[in-house]
Amino acid sequence: MIRHITVLLCFQLAGEVISRALHLPLPGPVLGMALLLVALLVVPQLAEAIRKTGQALLSHLSLLFVPAGVGVVGHLDKLGTDGLPLMAAILTSTVLSIIVGVWTFLAVARLTGSRDV
Amino acid sequence: MSEFADIWTYLAQEPLLWLTATLVAYSIGDALYRAARGNPLANPVLIAVVLLAIVLGVTDTPYPTYFAGAQFVHFILGPATVALAIPLYVNLARVRAVALPMMVALVAGSLTAMLSAIGIAWALGVRGEVLLSLAPKSATAPVALGVSEAIGGSPTLTAVLVILTGITGAVVATPLLNMMKIRDWRARGFAVGVAAHGIGTARAFQVNETAGAFAGVGMGVNALFTAIAAPYIIRLFI
Repeated sequence: MIRHITVLLCFQLAGEVISRALHLPLPGPVLGMALLLVALLVVPQLAEAIRKTGQALLSHLSLLFVPAGVGVVGHLDKLGTDGLPLMAAILTSTVLSIIVGVWTFLAVARLTGSRDV
Repeated sequence: MSEFADIWTYLAQEPLLWLTATLVAYSIGDALYRAARGNPLANPVLIAVVLLAIVLGVTDTPYPTYFAGAQFVHFILGPATVALAIPLYVNLARVRAVALPMMVALVAGSLTAMLSAIGIAWALGVRGEVLLSLAPKSATAPVALGVSEAIGGSPTLTAVLVILTGITGAVVATPLLNMMKIRDWRARGFAVGVAAHGIGTARAFQVNETAGAFAGVGMGVNALFTAIAAPYIIRLFI
């Protein structure tokens, strides 16, 4: 378990360093995810080794957003008089984005004949 | 009573109290979510955040004191994001098979999120820094904050809008997609990852493993796309 966490942290660290050094518009952990994917392709045995720890972390991904969420409550006043328009914008745009995203995905998949494997 | 005050003074300064409170609040949220038989309105993040906000308000605890304990949970976001590579690797053949649909859906979904959010807020009279802060709200927080700063928004306000977007996506996704009768977990997950970043991805993992894997991809590629496209989008409105 400690070794698995170490692997994940090493990739996060590598992602942070590369992202900052090259001024990439990607956060370190997202770049770390891409780097780990490449590593898994090169060394497939690594996947079996870290799979359980990874799944344990991801099964409670929601929990990890709670501290940031609590921080938001204290800043809700920042929305100020724009609170209602902003809430309307967020709700509508999120619904529209999901609808457009899902329809586009399915339409292009049908057009290109890409099947689920 | 003074003994209680002593204990409280001690605990209030230790990370233990607020770390434990965060986990207890989430456990309550998770229990209510299960009791509501997975009703998306009983979102565990939303319940935990509301409970903790009430407790912090009642005990007059400043956020930095709370975060001193909660940071241990917050920190795990990093390695958990890296761990998204694992379901992605397991599903790689399936992800590759829909590379083109994903790319087009990314552009369409992400542009819709940015344009409709800014457009609606603009139509309702929002202008200036607040309007700019809205542009990157569908991207994962670290990217959204960077973009916001670069285009002249307020990173603090963007942080609020990002979290609100994530929670909105997590709550509406399941009923919306069920109503649309979408059964393709790849499309469902991907669209939610693009629209509602990590919180949407966390919700996708609750519902379906495949949806979670594709949501992780959606979140990752939208971080990149938002960073590139947002500066051009805002020029349409200023």
